[in-house]
Amino acid sequence: MSQETIDKAIDKEYAAGFVSDIESETLPPGLDEDVVRFISAKKGEPEWMLEWRLEAYRTWREMEEPEWAHVHYPEIDFDEVSYYSSPKSMEDGPKSLDEVDPELLATYEKLGIPLHEQEMLAGVAVDAVFDSVSVATTFRSKLAEAGVIFCPISEAVHEYPELIKKYMGSVVPRRDNYYAALNSAVFSDGSFVFIPKGVRCPMELSTYFRINEAKTGQFERTLIIAEEGSHVSYLEGCTAPMRDENQLHAAVVELVAMDDAEIKYSTVQNWYPGDAEGRGGIYNFVTKRGVAHRNAKISWTQVETGSAVTWKYPSCILRGDNSVGEFYSVALTNNLQQADTGTKMIHLGKNTRSTIISKGISAGKSSNAYRGLVRMSPKAQGARNYTQCDSLLIGDRCAAHTFPYIESRNPSAVIEHEATTSKVSDDQLYLCQQRGLDAEKAVSMIVNGFCKEVFKELPMEFAVEAGKLLEVSLEGSVG
Amino acid sequence: MLKIENLHASVEGKDILKGLTLTVGAGEVHAIMGPNGSGKSTLGHVLAGRPGYTVTAGTVEFLGQNVLEMETEERAHLGIFLAFQYPVEIPGVSNMEFLKASVDTMREQRGLTPLDAVSFMKQAREACAAVDLELDFLKRGVNEGFSGGEKKRNELMQMMLLEPRLAVMDETDSGLDIDALQVVAQGVNTMRAADRSFILVTHYQRLLEYIEPDFVHVLAGGRIVRSGDKTLALELEEKGYAWLEDEVA
Repeated sequence: MSQETIDKAIDKEYAAGFVSDIESETLPPGLDEDVVRFISAKKGEPEWMLEWRLEAYRTWREMEEPEWAHVHYPEIDFDEVSYYSSPKSMEDGPKSLDEVDPELLATYEKLGIPLHEQEMLAGVAVDAVFDSVSVATTFRSKLAEAGVIFCPISEAVHEYPELIKKYMGSVVPRRDNYYAALNSAVFSDGSFVFIPKGVRCPMELSTYFRINEAKTGQFERTLIIAEEGSHVSYLEGCTAPMRDENQLHAAVVELVAMDDAEIKYSTVQNWYPGDAEGRGGIYNFVTKRGVAHRNAKISWTQVETGSAVTWKYPSCILRGDNSVGEFYSVALTNNLQQADTGTKMIHLGKNTRSTIISKGISAGKSSNAYRGLVRMSPKAQGARNYTQCDSLLIGDRCAAHTFPYIESRNPSAVIEHEATTSKVSDDQLYLCQQRGLDAEKAVSMIVNGFCKEVFKELPMEFAVEAGKLLEVSLEGSVG
Repeated sequence: MLKIENLHASVEGKDILKGLTLTVGAGEVHAIMGPNGSGKSTLGHVLAGRPGYTVTAGTVEFLGQNVLEMETEERAHLGIFLAFQYPVEIPGVSNMEFLKASVDTMREQRGLTPLDAVSFMKQAREACAAVDLELDFLKRGVNEGFSGGEKKRNELMQMMLLEPRLAVMDETDSGLDIDALQVVAQGVNTMRAADRSFILVTHYQRLLEYIEPDFVHVLAGGRIVRSGDKTLALELEEKGYAWLEDEVA
């Protein structure tokens, strides 16, 4: 198959690239203590929260932007970014969905996420975050019956200050890394989830993040606390308009799974990836980490198709004995996209187990790197890890890299690492075409087959969506 | 049905077919034999439209259409099927999924609606049974970890499901034990029909004991140098190809 066929098959338009015409209140670009104070005041935050932010800001000032990732992009001028943008109609805060700006609802509708409860996917509660604020959270009363809290994090600061004080920054400390510190200083909204002891969350929870304003950064923060023996499945989706300039997205996600609890966190990331020449697109610099206590389980599943540059390592700290960490990832890069993604599995407890299944797909002139750390601490008696890291290349101008780090300080720990690199071959396409399938359909079928192990980990409703998303993202890669 | 005239084709700049002429009528079975490197497999790939196989002269007409101008998949839609000599593996894509996509596409091209899952399964099971493959093969990745014989039978199964108008079988008999050979032969024989033609590319007269060809051709140096009926195959078995090559030279 020629490069031309490949190009044709993976080249498709970014469907979520529209801009909503919504009047916004956007802070002028630049970052100093006053901006931090402004954001805090805007949210009417208590003094302790402001102090927490300011300390993060001061830490951030002293830190250096990390350069170790296998990605290249022009230096970011943090004074050119606006750190807060909110739809004007949100000024007084809508009391219910009926008060939400219809244009906002239409935006989510267009993205396939109806916020009217009666039209929604049954059994999925949604928090919609638009630029810097949460615009709607559905099914809250139904969740409340089960004792589940699902609300914007800005609201949780007021309503549940003890939980926020106790847990925010407990998994990802403010000085953890450059972007985590930045996020801690200027985070504007995000979701907060609390599942009480022994409760199985009655529905899927999900958050849809949308960046709309130009030149704004999105800095959301998500905190999920699953008390003893509870269970929750959470999904996030992300989109942004097509714009010529790059936009920054630096999120922090913290998961706390207490004894015997289980958190399943799935991501379908489809931020605008930039155009075929590499203009525009989101810089996606995200810190996601969970801590699992005794017998607890944290499972990350991610399907990453968007963003110009991705820097993201959802990780598990397996603190309690017998705790389990899982990471299932599909990362697809096309055109000039770059991704450096993977996970960290930190085994602290005895008999802790982790599984890493990573599928990287590179097409166009993109570069896709898996970076993963498996660390067995001296106390992690009988710990086990299994890593499978597969790369698939489409065409001959893309790149795949694998950077596995393995540190074992316990002789009884078992670590397995398997890796493969394959290419969608001309012969495979020829076979498919001889059987009547066109090249595009063939590539999509081969890629979906390659990702099957990860897709089956996604909640039912989203597995199909993920498959379709992959198809769209791949268009024009075959020629 | 198929009319090839003065076909010249090259692969990577090397001329392989040098003026091949062959006419295959509806319902006929043609066996093509010949020494290694004579262009037998190339003929199959040129008919199927494999990228990288360049036709430098001549014409190929199938069902009244100029297939040389068509994309690979368009030729397949028209009813040209190639049973591969070395079928490739497609890991992760189940045989079933692959076959369903293929059958649905072919049906769509013929203006038919896609088969529902139950009817498709029924057909797939029957095809499996006909080529003596366990049902388990439907769930496995396309050709993934199949033995040589299993791959060949899998090709035959695909042919049965796709019901082509012209089936080119590229050394489907190579590497098969006698039982598997009979399975393949029986499969072809049951598929024989007034509106379906076969081109059997083979090295061995053995296959032709089970599938009786209407014509036997000898391909040497990129051209058909001798044609006859099934007795020609016996003659070749006895004398080899050297005498023909000498004759041509």
